[in-house]
Amino acid sequence: MSIEVNWERNDYSRIPFRLYHDEEVYALEMERIFRGPCWNYLCLEAEIPNPGDYRTTWVGDTSVVVSRAMGEGGAIHAFVNRCSHRGAQIVRKTHGNAPEHVCIYHRWCYRTDGELSGIPFRRGLKGEGGMPADFDMAAVSPQKLRLANVNGMLFGTFSEHAESIEAYLGEFGMGMVKRFLHKPIRIIGYSRQMIHGNWKLYAENLRDTYHASLLHEFFVTYGVDRATQKGGVKMDARHRHNMNHAFTGSDTQADALAAYAGTAGVVLDRMRLRDTKLLEHTPEFDDRMNLAAPTFFPNGLLIQINQSLGTRQIRPKGVDRHEVFQTLFGYADDSAEQARHRLISANLVGPAGFVSMEDGEAIELIQKATGNQAQACNVIEMGGRGPLKDLTHRLTETPVRGFWSYWAELMGVEPAGGIR
Amino acid sequence: MKVPDLIRHAASDLLAEYALLIDEDRLEDWVELFDEACDYKVVTRENVEQGLPNVLIWCDNKNMLRDRIASYRNVNEYNLHWDRHVIGAPRFCAKAAGAWVIEAGYSLFQTDMEGVSRLFSVGRYRIEFAVREEAARIKSALVIADSGLIPTLLASPI
Repeated sequence: MSIEVNWERNDYSRIPFRLYHDEEVYALEMERIFRGPCWNYLCLEAEIPNPGDYRTTWVGDTSVVVSRAMGEGGAIHAFVNRCSHRGAQIVRKTHGNAPEHVCIYHRWCYRTDGELSGIPFRRGLKGEGGMPADFDMAAVSPQKLRLANVNGMLFGTFSEHAESIEAYLGEFGMGMVKRFLHKPIRIIGYSRQMIHGNWKLYAENLRDTYHASLLHEFFVTYGVDRATQKGGVKMDARHRHNMNHAFTGSDTQADALAAYAGTAGVVLDRMRLRDTKLLEHTPEFDDRMNLAAPTFFPNGLLIQINQSLGTRQIRPKGVDRHEVFQTLFGYADDSAEQARHRLISANLVGPAGFVSMEDGEAIELIQKATGNQAQACNVIEMGGRGPLKDLTHRLTETPVRGFWSYWAELMGVEPAGGIR
Repeated sequence: MKVPDLIRHAASDLLAEYALLIDEDRLEDWVELFDEACDYKVVTRENVEQGLPNVLIWCDNKNMLRDRIASYRNVNEYNLHWDRHVIGAPRFCAKAAGAWVIEAGYSLFQTDMEGVSRLFSVGRYRIEFAVREEAARIKSALVIADSGLIPTLLASPI
């Protein structure tokens, strides 16, 4: 299978809308990206602390079980959640603890490392029926993923050829995972959101720092985040991952008022919270960032907004829908007061988050309006055209172009002279 | 549970009022159903069943509730829609310190500006209220949504 893309430009400053709507593109993405040489974010080790603990997760459109084995000192495994026999989903719960996994259909049985370990009536009954004598269970066991564990953040890949996780995430990515997960964490819980738009629109949204202080007006109105703050975007060497970040209190009110004067729909500093505890923020990292969202191609990110910490996973559900699965956490040594403040801070993020709810709507508006625009393209020039580079300001969409450059490479559709 | 008729009527009126005020977009009036020292929380059943404390929305006093509504009115962008709540009959669960606790199931439909309706959320309420001057006032409202997969986003209250 292959697709053709008529790129208007080789720097990805024009993206054909078709790429958000085409079923063939979507099918190829599942193969070349999610089942290709990428490391996909799976879940957190803290979610499966005990032998036999498991969680089901998604790699693209493939259901995957992440499991801590009963033996082997509790090693962690990830395998495709599909019975070798007839293809039924093996594990039906989102999480749990089990000494083995049994498909309900014909009770084929799997070890906690995913190996097929038992077939009812394999030898038949009284010399009749049964599987052929030379049937090899190991040969048909569910596909395993290669697993990487970075400070408790678990990544998986289907590819034998994927580079090492260190090389994949790069120094910047590895450093950011270690920043967030520098000590034991405690899971606070989950949220889920179904956005009726192509999954790449969410991936782009995470790489577009331009929208943050405009769409998410709460940021600006209450001073959590504005383009006048110190911050910027960082990318890995291949420009596939990125991090939008900002430092609280790094601009002045006068700067910000002047900068936003005349911006329709955004009026700075016009409201006050009656209860300001929501925005109380005690820097807890040495770098003093209050907003940090390192985003890892293709499906994962870590995100800090003030005191709220979490991961998000993009779960494509067809060409025109994706789920955003969010896991919030705090640290195991949080005081009761800190733990409470993290919960209060959860008001900022997630499907009902003061500074995140808008993304769902913006993405759906694009999906709705572009379906009949087979030949048309969007316009991505904020922050400049041409080469991809890190920026110490935030009025940029350059990482969006970085995303597309790696996407095009994996999909085998780079334009002549395509930048990387 | 033995409950005076007055209380039963107050609970029933409270739920009817609660639904109507949201559905008619009178959110500022909806806030007035709550005591100053109140608690409003939206959680999902997936978290509750795992004993996890995560919240989608948590206002631990009436000012936070006012802030939520002010932000909805003036700051946040969301899918334009009308809400329609269908709330089941309340079941009385407990009585403590002059307050009553009821639980009731709900369905919440959303209709977009072109008239397309969808089921937005189902779940249950656990509401603690006290009756003063013949009207019920909410001390706490816990919304436990079975529908943990939020369609698009959650802006107007459940």
